[in-house]
Amino acid sequence: MNDKKQTIQEQGSGAIPAPILQVNDLVVGYGAIEVLHGVSIDVREGELVSICGVNGAGKSTLLKSVAGVLKPRSGSIRFKGNEVGGKKPENLHKHGISLVPEGREIFPSLTVGENLRIGAFGRYDAKRYEADLADYFELFPILKERYNQAGGLLSGGEQQMLAIARGLISRPDLLMLDEPSLGLSPTMVDLIFELIRTLKARGITILLVEQNARRALEIADRAYLFSNGRIEYSGMSDELAESIDITSVYLGGNNGGEIL
Amino acid sequence: MSANIFIEFVINVLSMGSLYALIALGLVFVYGICNLVNFAYGEFITVSAYVLYFVGTFTDLPWWLVFLIAIGSGALTGFLSELIAFRPFRGRSLDALLVTSFAVSIILQRSFQLGISPRSRAVPVPDFFNINVSLLGVVTPLRNMLLIGTTIILLIAVLILMRRTSLGIAMRGASENFVTARLMGVPANLVISIAFVISGILAGVVAIFWSARTGSVEPMMGSGPLLIGFISVVIGGMQSLVGAVVGGYVYAFIANMLSLTLPSSLLSFRDAIMFVIVIAFLVLKPEGLIRGKYQEERVG
Repeated sequence: MNDKKQTIQEQGSGAIPAPILQVNDLVVGYGAIEVLHGVSIDVREGELVSICGVNGAGKSTLLKSVAGVLKPRSGSIRFKGNEVGGKKPENLHKHGISLVPEGREIFPSLTVGENLRIGAFGRYDAKRYEADLADYFELFPILKERYNQAGGLLSGGEQQMLAIARGLISRPDLLMLDEPSLGLSPTMVDLIFELIRTLKARGITILLVEQNARRALEIADRAYLFSNGRIEYSGMSDELAESIDITSVYLGGNNGGEIL
Repeated sequence: MSANIFIEFVINVLSMGSLYALIALGLVFVYGICNLVNFAYGEFITVSAYVLYFVGTFTDLPWWLVFLIAIGSGALTGFLSELIAFRPFRGRSLDALLVTSFAVSIILQRSFQLGISPRSRAVPVPDFFNINVSLLGVVTPLRNMLLIGTTIILLIAVLILMRRTSLGIAMRGASENFVTARLMGVPANLVISIAFVISGILAGVVAIFWSARTGSVEPMMGSGPLLIGFISVVIGGMQSLVGAVVGGYVYAFIANMLSLTLPSSLLSFRDAIMFVIVIAFLVLKPEGLIRGKYQEERVG
């Protein structure tokens, strides 16, 4: 694993900006169960970093810890140079961390407009908000159409767009997307990945958790492969896509000593 | 049914229902945000009623200032009980919070008994409250009209708060999905504090009209409105503010209907019949008349 880390650092040297997010040796668990056993990742400004792995590998746990929903047992989370591990989610949002949670978690009885309005709660700026809203209506025309409809009446894909727009409207410094393609139709999945590509092109720093590893590796700069609460592989995503038989990780074939 | 009886019936339902709606609204505000059935809510009302008694009896302040102080004391009681009693147990089980609310309730009751008196005290009421006014041929005390008017104003205020302000929208969001609201930067402490403060303000208003009707305050007085609040939310539904208001008015309608239609020999069983209706609601329509639109998954 150390070798892998070094590879990234070598490739990362040069004119690449300092990491905006640095997670070091993070241990997180629920009750008696430890889910993350010392995970280290970093994300640099403007990067799209993807975290792939099977269900239960600890991907969502990592995002929830960074967002402040779960408290780390040990290890550190540094964001923009400050230690933020264990801080409250509302404070981290103010610092510029935005999580689009798994399963979208939109507020179903609130209208689309109200959902967006909550998204900006911690970092509201009336002038900017109107401009951003107009901007996102262009990016997500459906949200303009459905502005006064209850969020719960939207289709799954539309809800995902609402969730992403809601996560973006606070102008976060780091956008974390947790399984944005989960449960969507193939057409909608294409649309969501296209959208993530657009966001990346706009310079937004994104940490993406995806089960659909091939699709995620297509658009990501770098990727980490999780298995059983540990990082199995990490590196530039095109190299990862070529060199690793992803299927074997998914089937658990390489979990043994061979790789570690 | 003669026209007069009908008008009297409508006035009774509206005035009683207004009081019941305010009581239920205060309960649901806290329940919606914390999923906590606050058994200390009745004591919020008692605190305000005692403040009415003390300030009204021992000072010469104008009535409106006395009312404001009483409502403020309700808000303060809500705020402090959350800060001191409920906050330390937040994030634990709902049962812990529930037991805490019993504890707050009992501590306040016993404090009134030991610190003030176990016996009831007369609460001074401004004279104009009891002036009889004639409305379409029906004579009714002015306080009933004031109660209906106050309730309309408060309901409009709540509506504006919850629909038009970002704090209100955040509170509605938090009541649907608390963790996600926090992820959007909605501070947990703020919305919970506000919910308790609003609950306390409503308790203060209820205290004014409740003690104006009974004319007195005693340590256990909170149990009456608490029971009414529970029945109203059982009827209307615990999941929405609208449900609480509807429940309050429907409860008043049923209660007045029973008074009007029951033969005098059965009138003493009115409450028993009312409870049978409540049990029927629990069995047949446990979610109440107004169902929280998309909240099927919520428990507790």
